[in-house]
Amino acid sequence: MSESDNMNPQRPKTAAAPAPASRWAIELEKINKRFGAVHANKDIDLKVERGTIHGIVGENGAGKSTLMSILYGFYTADSGTIKVDGTERHITDSRHALALGIGMVHQHFMLVENFTVLENVVLGAEDSALIAPSLKRARAELERIEDEYNLVVDPDAVIEDISVGQQQRVEILKALYRGAQTLILDEPTGVLTPKEADDLFRVLETLRDQGKTVILITHKLREIMAITDSVSVMRQGEMVKTLTTSETNPEEIAELMVGRRVLLRVDKGPANPGKTLLEVKNLVVADDLGVVRVKDVSLSVRAGEIVGIAGVSGNGQSELLESVTGMRDQRSGTVVVNGRELSLKGDDGAARARAAGLAHVPEDRQHMGLVTTFEEWENAILGYQDAPEYGGGPFLDIEAARRKAAEQIKRFDVRPANNRLKTANFSGGNQQKIVLAREMGRDPDVLIVGQPTRGVDIGAIEFIHNQIIAMRDAGKAILLVSVELDEIRSLADRILVMFDGQIVGEADPATASEGEIGLMMAGISQSAAALEARP
Amino acid sequence: MDFQVILSILDATLRLSTPLLLACLAGLYSERAGVFDIGLEGKMLAAAFAAAAVAAVYGSMWLGLLAGMAVSLGTTLLQGVAAITLRGNQLIAAVAINMLAAGLTTFLGQTWFGQGGRTPALGPNGRFAPIELPFVAELSGIPILGPLYAEVISGHYLLVYIAFIMVPVTWFVLFRTRFGLRLRAVGENPKAVDTAGISVNRMRYQAIIITGLLAGIAGAYFSIAQGSGFGNNMTAGKGYIALAALIFAKWKPVPAMFTCLLFGFLDALQIRLQSARLPLIGEVPVQAIQALPYILTVILLAGFIGKAVGPKAGGVPYVKER
Amino acid sequence: MSARTPLPRWADIVLLPLLNLALAFLVSGLVVLMVGENPLHAVQVIIYGAFGYGDGFGYTLYYATNFIFTGLAFAVAAHAGLFNIGGDGQAYVAGLGAIVIALALDQTHWLLAMPAAMIGAALVGGFWAFIPGYLQAKRGSHVVITTIMFNFIAAALMVYMINRVLKPATTMAPESATLAVGGRVPQLRQFFSFFGYSPVNLSIVVALLALVFVYVLVWHTKLGYALRTLGQNPSASRYAGMSNSRLIMIAMTISGALAGMVAINEVMGVQNRLVLDFVAGSGFVGIAVALMGRNHPVGILFAALLFGALYQGGQELQFVIPGVTREMIVVIQALVILFTGAMEGLFRPALERTFMLFSPEQKARAVSVSTAESES
Repeated sequence: MSESDNMNPQRPKTAAAPAPASRWAIELEKINKRFGAVHANKDIDLKVERGTIHGIVGENGAGKSTLMSILYGFYTADSGTIKVDGTERHITDSRHALALGIGMVHQHFMLVENFTVLENVVLGAEDSALIAPSLKRARAELERIEDEYNLVVDPDAVIEDISVGQQQRVEILKALYRGAQTLILDEPTGVLTPKEADDLFRVLETLRDQGKTVILITHKLREIMAITDSVSVMRQGEMVKTLTTSETNPEEIAELMVGRRVLLRVDKGPANPGKTLLEVKNLVVADDLGVVRVKDVSLSVRAGEIVGIAGVSGNGQSELLESVTGMRDQRSGTVVVNGRELSLKGDDGAARARAAGLAHVPEDRQHMGLVTTFEEWENAILGYQDAPEYGGGPFLDIEAARRKAAEQIKRFDVRPANNRLKTANFSGGNQQKIVLAREMGRDPDVLIVGQPTRGVDIGAIEFIHNQIIAMRDAGKAILLVSVELDEIRSLADRILVMFDGQIVGEADPATASEGEIGLMMAGISQSAAALEARP
Repeated sequence: MDFQVILSILDATLRLSTPLLLACLAGLYSERAGVFDIGLEGKMLAAAFAAAAVAAVYGSMWLGLLAGMAVSLGTTLLQGVAAITLRGNQLIAAVAINMLAAGLTTFLGQTWFGQGGRTPALGPNGRFAPIELPFVAELSGIPILGPLYAEVISGHYLLVYIAFIMVPVTWFVLFRTRFGLRLRAVGENPKAVDTAGISVNRMRYQAIIITGLLAGIAGAYFSIAQGSGFGNNMTAGKGYIALAALIFAKWKPVPAMFTCLLFGFLDALQIRLQSARLPLIGEVPVQAIQALPYILTVILLAGFIGKAVGPKAGGVPYVKER
Repeated sequence: MSARTPLPRWADIVLLPLLNLALAFLVSGLVVLMVGENPLHAVQVIIYGAFGYGDGFGYTLYYATNFIFTGLAFAVAAHAGLFNIGGDGQAYVAGLGAIVIALALDQTHWLLAMPAAMIGAALVGGFWAFIPGYLQAKRGSHVVITTIMFNFIAAALMVYMINRVLKPATTMAPESATLAVGGRVPQLRQFFSFFGYSPVNLSIVVALLALVFVYVLVWHTKLGYALRTLGQNPSASRYAGMSNSRLIMIAMTISGALAGMVAINEVMGVQNRLVLDFVAGSGFVGIAVALMGRNHPVGILFAALLFGALYQGGQELQFVIPGVTREMIVVIQALVILFTGAMEGLFRPALERTFMLFSPEQKARAVSVSTAESES
């Protein structure tokens, strides 16, 4: 097959949309997908009606993105059938999906930053060897699409110069230019300001009114309630239920999302808070791209209490953690540990935070908390390598480090109990124990814990929770960040809910219901009024 | 300096910047597609040898040129297999290529021709001759422009003109064709290209094929145009200067031409003047002029004058997530 | 997700390099065969030339001395995740530090002049690598490109310094004044007549000490631990409170200082003066040596000996087999870099599969690891 024959299977087809053959734009039946031993999608059935906005909600790891990646041809399902417009299809790759009229707007945009809007739209869908005719046609086509869907973007603007919201429109334009009849949007509002999100919703509504089908992946209930016609709830790789949005309410969806999982029993007595050990005041933090992620956050944690920060991931928790632990410069605001204000400037702020008595169990242990190519004992001292007990002067006392590692392994029951094994060869739960053992073992005053049980097996979860409680009872101040609401509820003595870079509410785990907190996490309820009032 | 000296320096500037320009454009295709290439030197050296050897044996400059391009292409593809298909370290692959070329050219030269690594001197058919452009006589009457045309513009080897024609050609290919659009995209955000249904590795191979061919012409220029036969380490670091020029030109074809002309001019200057006495600065050692391209590049890279930001995906093998 | 398990340690650090080396030799042998010579005969000549008699062995050690230094230089930077391609230039400018101090002290005793000159060479070589390190750490310019540029700047600088500054008025050749005996490093032949006229000198002791130094530095000091953390996972080193920018500059400086020791061997041990281009590509051989030796001092020692032997044997080769010149050695070196450095992916997957297939306990472990993963 010559290249030119195969070059443009995704020619725009907007002009001649075929008569609908079926009521359903997309039908998925008994879709299964495993990654290794992880069953990411279990017997998923899903029907998406043409000309509607269909939401798919679920917690992180519920399998939403995997399912849509299968539909878009990124992954191939292990079993199950896909019907597009009533016809069964084997979608082999994304090019094929596009040819079938399925377009996707990825969470991380697939745009070439130093190209113009027009060039990005045309890329991969050029008509001929020279780009001028393609650009010309695309310009005309874009004008038409812009008029039709009220999607205005300057075709000659360079991507890196335009706002994130505008970039997202380019992604939508790309899909429409390629003739997409069904548009999948993966967490589209995660990167948008509320105003931009509202603009997006209006565009999506227009698309629907013009007969397109929209699939919206999200975990924000507010969005589901605001614009979808129907909603499917996923949990732990399974499709729980599909509802008509107008006939349900956020509480019901929240309950379905979280499910009635068996709450892990954590035996803990009442908290005995002492003096304030960690105090964060008016903290403003930006991410690597310069986007402000933490917006004027203040909080304090006292000795002998666990403060949990609940929130959907991506609402500034990571940046908050990194700043408090000295890994990321704050724009403004202060962090005070044990009465001492931390200087976070320079690229070794984490060392000063530790010196002040703060220990840090990072959210992403593989990426940050461990060097997986190191032997276990080398990770047992990471961050504390300069402590005198690991050797005086410039030398590293390997024996002392290994003794320490062995102690930690014993205390935290790390398996296999071999401190010479490469860290990558430990299971996720045991890797987490290595980190916890190291960070808890030095009697810190303040312990910052991010996602302590992510990717950890059930047995280890209980152990880890008990260790955290024990730290609290020993009079430590603990700040816990987790996207697992269960975990926050069972561990924390006070719950702060973070949404869009701010603490939007506080809840008492003893009295607040899951639904209540869930709504706050989604930016509704208690603080909803405040949120809606913002421009 | 009298006018004649200026003319002769400018003439030498064109001659000396030609291989730089060809190599620089060669590197441009590769790096724009996201494959760092510090192996231009080796490709040129291999091509210079192959061109001279074939031209000497068959007495044909055309066969020589073809051989130079073919060998450079082969070298490039070897580097490509390591850096693209096997996802090896692009830098290490290029270092190996440079060394391989340095060793193999001298070794084979000595073995085949027994002249200490040199290839036999080329006859008239084995070597490109300067081309006289039309209207030299007619224009000779015009002051300044006439001699400028006759001495500087006219009277170069065909490959010189090819090199300079390649500048607008490259510009056109890069910015006006589908191929160029995809090539630039693949060096910036391969994932965007992949999701658009285009094979990243295939694009990269297509790019480095052009790199190989252009570097081949550059190499041949040394041995069968500028020189008459191959000598040990004939390219003498010009591949690295071309790399410096590429960075200095911020990976753009037209600035690449001007940078290569500047570096060629510096080269011409230092050949003519063993040391220059400049007003205000005093005596400038010739080595300072030699080092200038490198120093300028370092300063530019460090962001002290402007900022040189290369293709974003440069140097990273593309791994498709599946 | 992937069914691949890592190779056992011995296979990773011994078998794989040997396989790659074998491939490099195989291809080189084919080249020799292609020019109509007998590769086995060539091997014989090389081995005899490198080890067969005192002079030859002395030369092998002399070359190996340089390669140990440059190999270590590359390795130290590599442990910190940096690709220092500028060993050649760093060794070259270090000649300035060596010669200036050696000339100043050559009326005293080598016991004074040598350590002093080592410090001089280390400072200058280290400085020459520090600048690219600084530019990478503080200005974000890529250390690879900067070190390449610095190789050429070094070449220009040294031509100028030797011709314009260091060359005595009475000399015609481009070289510095000759060192008096007090500024020369003693030759091993002064102690062992076995080495004949070969230039192997006490610098080799420095090289052996450098091997130990790097071993201790990388695996037994806190700094080495920090450098390895940076090299393996820059996020983790930041998490651990290490200053990545400071570590980059330190690693490059140490790397350059080690490369600078080549100047001691050449300037004070062999040439007894500073000459043009005395480094003769040792910096690049160092890349091959370090890649081959897996950046470990023991590996580097053997790889340096191997390349020393190849260089010396290669010299011999061209006398015995006129059809095969010493440049063949550069070809072998290039192939070693290609196969061990850039084409690692050639053998590794197949080797991993082979190990999976033939080792039941390996297989069992792979299964248990993947189950453990899934349980968590």
